[in-house]
Amino acid sequence: MATLDQLQPGQHGRIETLAGDPALVQRLYEIGLLEGEVAEVLGVSLLGDPIEIRVGNTRLSLRRAEAAAVTVTHLA
Amino acid sequence: MPPVTVKIALVGNPNAGKSTLFNALSGLRQHVGNYPGVTVEMKKGRFTDRDTEFELIDLPGTYSLAPRSPDEMVAVDLLLGRRPEEPRPDVILSVVDASNLDRHLYLTTQVMELGRPVVLAVNMIDVAKAQGIVIDAQALAKETGLRVVVIQANTGAGLDELRDALRVAAGAAAPAGGPKLPDAFSDEAAALGEKLGAATPEFLTRRAILDVGGYTEQWLVGTHGPSLTATLTATRGRLAAAGCAVPGVEARARYGWVRAATARAVTKPTQRAVTWSDRIDRVLTNKVWGTLVFLVVMFLMFQAIFQIATPAKDLIDGGIDYVVGAIESHVTPGPARSLLTDGVLRGVGSVIAFLPQIMLLFAFIAILEDCGYMARAAFLMDRLMSKCGLSGKSFIPLLSSVACAVPGIMATRVIEHRRDRLATILVAPLMSCSARLPVYSLLIGAFLSSGFSRWVPGLAMFGLYMIGFTVAPLVALLLKRTLLRGAPPLFVMELPAYKRPSLYTVARRVHDSAWAFLKRAGTLILASMIIVWAFLYFPYKDAHGQRYETLIAEQKEKADEAKERIKEVTDAGRPVPDDLEQISTDAVREANRLNAEWKRGSYLGQAGRAMEPVFAPLGWDWRIGMAVLASFPAREVIVGTLGIIYEAGEVKDDEAEKTLQGAIHAEWNRDPAQGKYTIAIALSVLVFFALCCQCASTLAVIQRETRSWRWPAFTFVYMTVLAYVAAFATYQIARFITDHV
Repeated sequence: MATLDQLQPGQHGRIETLAGDPALVQRLYEIGLLEGEVAEVLGVSLLGDPIEIRVGNTRLSLRRAEAAAVTVTHLA
Repeated sequence: MPPVTVKIALVGNPNAGKSTLFNALSGLRQHVGNYPGVTVEMKKGRFTDRDTEFELIDLPGTYSLAPRSPDEMVAVDLLLGRRPEEPRPDVILSVVDASNLDRHLYLTTQVMELGRPVVLAVNMIDVAKAQGIVIDAQALAKETGLRVVVIQANTGAGLDELRDALRVAAGAAAPAGGPKLPDAFSDEAAALGEKLGAATPEFLTRRAILDVGGYTEQWLVGTHGPSLTATLTATRGRLAAAGCAVPGVEARARYGWVRAATARAVTKPTQRAVTWSDRIDRVLTNKVWGTLVFLVVMFLMFQAIFQIATPAKDLIDGGIDYVVGAIESHVTPGPARSLLTDGVLRGVGSVIAFLPQIMLLFAFIAILEDCGYMARAAFLMDRLMSKCGLSGKSFIPLLSSVACAVPGIMATRVIEHRRDRLATILVAPLMSCSARLPVYSLLIGAFLSSGFSRWVPGLAMFGLYMIGFTVAPLVALLLKRTLLRGAPPLFVMELPAYKRPSLYTVARRVHDSAWAFLKRAGTLILASMIIVWAFLYFPYKDAHGQRYETLIAEQKEKADEAKERIKEVTDAGRPVPDDLEQISTDAVREANRLNAEWKRGSYLGQAGRAMEPVFAPLGWDWRIGMAVLASFPAREVIVGTLGIIYEAGEVKDDEAEKTLQGAIHAEWNRDPAQGKYTIAIALSVLVFFALCCQCASTLAVIQRETRSWRWPAFTFVYMTVLAYVAAFATYQIARFITDHV
């Protein structure tokens, strides 16, 4: 088990749980980060934060602190 | 049959192609609707289709109908028919992205609960097709129970069917199906509904439970008392115990329903195809290559703004000068002529001088945003900006303010978060804008050039720019820790697929921003120009009751006559008599002296003298103080005012500036009190201008963008205090150094 911010660019993770500030969790749900979905970390911004991820057909920018709310199983 | 107007609300996620659809349906028949108490603007458009008149209202793009701010509440209230100025929409048009259907349908399921018929427009079908996604519209209609139309808004494909569907939907029943939340939730919602009374719609009762700390909760606590907070906490606790914890319970119910509905209607390739956007993003969001591209884009943008906007501004100034000249040669001097030329025309000129910059910057921003690049720029700059409590989205507005704070402040509209946007607006005027340049070059030229190493002028200029670059982030940080304190806003941001920007969308944005600026800010700028003109014009008679304008005109005429005679004599090849030269020079000098006497005696001049004790700690005499007062509408005005006060004539070109630099230099050195500290005084004025908010246009735009007088007043006060304190410190330190070195 890891959190999404711990994955390296190119790695995939299956979303297990979302936990943290209710407003953040709600926004993550709304934008498509649901339990069971696979998220891929695409890259890292200047100075290491935020990170770019892809879920389904959606690309997102998440700050590391926000990505830490997402627990994932590291896939490959 | 009398014509009926069908009211349609357009709802969709950001990047669903909502604006493109709105423009495609309403064409040029659109205007902007403002709502009291909030900063959102919603566009309204009209169109006619087979005797039916449609009115379309474009709601701000959103991922859900869970309001988190008063602005988002306006959209929800409007959909529920709870805004007094706007009737409830007859039909809701939900627009979704075909290549991202599941996620976009999340919002649609919320829209289905508003009790109004819903038409589903599946947009950007071409992109979906290219990715191998096949959507069976009939099956989707059957599964969702909605009227479904497949469209491609940018080519107009499917719009006829869409209009038909909208006409048929008007007056039809609201959708009956849709996701069902667990019974435990429905029971809790019913119980809360009874407690809140019939005045609260069921939709909002449910939102109050689902949105922890959301705006619905805040609003209901405001109307029903703080005991409601405990009730909601208890309700959520019971739901969590029953395995229906918020907010997950809503997401699972909605996505579950959406997946079941799309399972039979949408076929996706098993392997997701690598798109063009994927390939482009590998470069553009890369921290090395992406940053390089970003720097190049920003450089090109500013080069273009400076290169094109400056000649355009000169052209406008030249045009105004021409008209002023024409009026002055045909109308006799007097308050009416002066009001028209110096007040109104110069005022209008100073307003439209901003237009080229605003239009150019907005063209760039619209292109960058429409093609999807803006989100990438914010992604790259976020960490840097978060160090001063802002987000990546503040970068471009702040950088734009280096050219001019007016378009910079208008560009903050891309920042959704209110506190972040406000913080950006409040510090944008600290960035060293192009209007400060004339002041910098005048004083640096006069006091820091001759007798110094040739590095000094450049270093001084650099230092002045650095003041803005360092003070603005510090003030932003301070504001975010005090006045604008609050939980850090979310930076969950979608990076939309790249697309070719639409010329129409770009043109529309440029037109709308230019028009909005002219209409609202223009009037305020003009008013302030006229007020300062009046304080500088009255009283307009000298001690003998003679009009200054008449006296000055006489001197100018005398000088012109002398010059003409000189020309005649020279043309005839004869030597010019000395007395003739003398007459001309004397007349010009006398005209300048009269002008200076007039302005010194004006109400503004009197105020400058009365306020001398205020200026003294900065090392300024009343003349500098008065010139600063006169430059309230625009910083660069101080150059002209100094020219008049120091009897150097009006400053219009390099030659005149040299004369003025000489005049100031001579005057300050002549005065024994000032003479020793000329550099200290010059530095004090420079620092003051780097930090002050002597710009009516900026204040007018802040008023326009925040819809309040409080924030422009706050900006003016804090910047003036900051400028005063900094100028005071600069003068005292510089004086100390002068005395002891």
